[in-house]
Amino acid sequence: MDLSTLTIAEARDALRKGELTSVDLTDAYLTAAEASDALNAYTTKTPEQARDMAAAADARIKAGDAPAMCGIPIGVKDLYAVEGVATQAASNILAGFKPQYESTVTGNLWSSGAVMLGKLNMDEFAMGSSNITSAYGPAISPWRRAGDETPITPGGSSGGSAAAVAADLCLGATASDTGGSIRQPAAFTGTVGIKPTYGRCSRWGMVAFASSLDQAGPVTKTVRDAAIMLGAMAGYDPKDSTSANLPVPDFEAALTGDIRGKTIGIPREYRVEGMSETLDTLWREGAEMLRDAGATIVDISLPHTKYALPTYYIIAPAEASSNLSRYDGVKYGHRATLAQGDGITDMYEKTRAEGFGEEVQRRVMLGAYVLSAGFYDAYYVRAQKVRTLIKRDFELAFGDGVDAILAPATPSAAWGLGEMQTDDPVQMYLEDVFTVPLNLAGLPGVSVPAGLNRQGLPLGLQLIGRPWEEGDLLNIAGALETAVGFTAKPERWW
Amino acid sequence: MSIDIDTARRVAHLARIRVEEERLPHLAEQLSSVLDFMEQLNEVDVDGIEPMTSVTPMALPRRKDGVTDGGIQDKVLANAPDAREGFFAVPKVVE
Repeated sequence: MDLSTLTIAEARDALRKGELTSVDLTDAYLTAAEASDALNAYTTKTPEQARDMAAAADARIKAGDAPAMCGIPIGVKDLYAVEGVATQAASNILAGFKPQYESTVTGNLWSSGAVMLGKLNMDEFAMGSSNITSAYGPAISPWRRAGDETPITPGGSSGGSAAAVAADLCLGATASDTGGSIRQPAAFTGTVGIKPTYGRCSRWGMVAFASSLDQAGPVTKTVRDAAIMLGAMAGYDPKDSTSANLPVPDFEAALTGDIRGKTIGIPREYRVEGMSETLDTLWREGAEMLRDAGATIVDISLPHTKYALPTYYIIAPAEASSNLSRYDGVKYGHRATLAQGDGITDMYEKTRAEGFGEEVQRRVMLGAYVLSAGFYDAYYVRAQKVRTLIKRDFELAFGDGVDAILAPATPSAAWGLGEMQTDDPVQMYLEDVFTVPLNLAGLPGVSVPAGLNRQGLPLGLQLIGRPWEEGDLLNIAGALETAVGFTAKPERWW
Repeated sequence: MSIDIDTARRVAHLARIRVEEERLPHLAEQLSSVLDFMEQLNEVDVDGIEPMTSVTPMALPRRKDGVTDGGIQDKVLANAPDAREGFFAVPKVVE
């Protein structure tokens, strides 16, 4: 059995049948992770814990107690607090931080029997689209352009998660999405990434970026795996006051493959200038495939789409400036060396200047500005009003009978490291144009591989669903996945 | 340019981030570029629109106002850069 090509569903079935042990499976992935340093996907490896967890999982399976993720080796985004394991959100300000508690999402996964291989790279505090803001240096995509060795970004912020899944360094990975940080890296690496409805997963123990937008989700190889892993991560948690007190349906059971009678909306505002021709073609073909599978395709309008980016880049930094005020050099992480006579304000200012990277500093300051006296109404309150209108656009479309919306996940394929003009933050922010509206509206969205561009890099399509209807959304995504039949894998060079 | 150097200095201080004088012009330029981009929101008619306070229509749950945790001083202090005698230690705050 080639263990590296297994999906979570296949591994689970083989484990339950006794054809495979978690110890063997885990060893194979630890070996693959060990040989993957050129990708810089893992920031911390936890082989001893992995072997202990695998042995415990094998015992559970033997005893007939095998929940969905039992014995499945996964990677964890560095954003999740894991008790006793370095958790830095890829920031120098959290250097040396070892949580004394467990995040609810990882706790749920461990209860379900999942095995932890290590922590995965990301943009600092999840602020970025290409992993270049990571304190560990960027994760590198296993994908390359045909005949070209330029290192390619796996996207961000969950770039380590996407790179690790695409390179078969784990069977699935936790990720998080504030403005597209699950869906964009999934699209860039030919993997599947779902951001569930806001409130479906607990945010307890996730390093906070923008609390009204942050949501946990998995990156996996297939839609079925996304259904299995999301089911194990999700659930009500009294420790997160925005966590929804709703039962978690069996997402995998929703994957019937039957989408007859479903109505899929194609939003005209997502046809932006400068979108690649290949992407446009794949989008049209995707819609045709869903029609061939029995869905009705309708054109829809989401008129406030163009305002989603400026709205997002007010709200997210505002929340970040508040959330990141906790990094003060007192309770945990880095503290600057102080000069004789330095007071407590010097300590705060020097610590934060040394500990935060440039992009994080920029966003914290931007947030402080839009929340400051005299500007609060002009920026922040106005943005929250526009946010209401953006959400209303989706509600009207769903009210008209649309079951899901099909759009590209990103305006282009992944770029080479250093190719993006990073000195102009706005250029960088434009990459999030198709993903941020969902976070503002709290809606679930999934990115599914759609094909390769002319240079051989993956492109993804995004399906946007009704709130709390992740099962239905994944079923439509599954139908698209089957019709596309994406089988490309990066050639191993690392 | 919407942000001048004095404003950039003030914002850096509000955010408690030390920015050296020579870096302020560049910072002002970058913050201005982002704020200029946000000006588009002024085109939107938001008359009579409520600002969003919760993305999912649910009431914030309440719990009993009681002690639910505690007695974990060691854990609380475990990651502190400077902890002494059961406290977080910081530079002198009052003279």
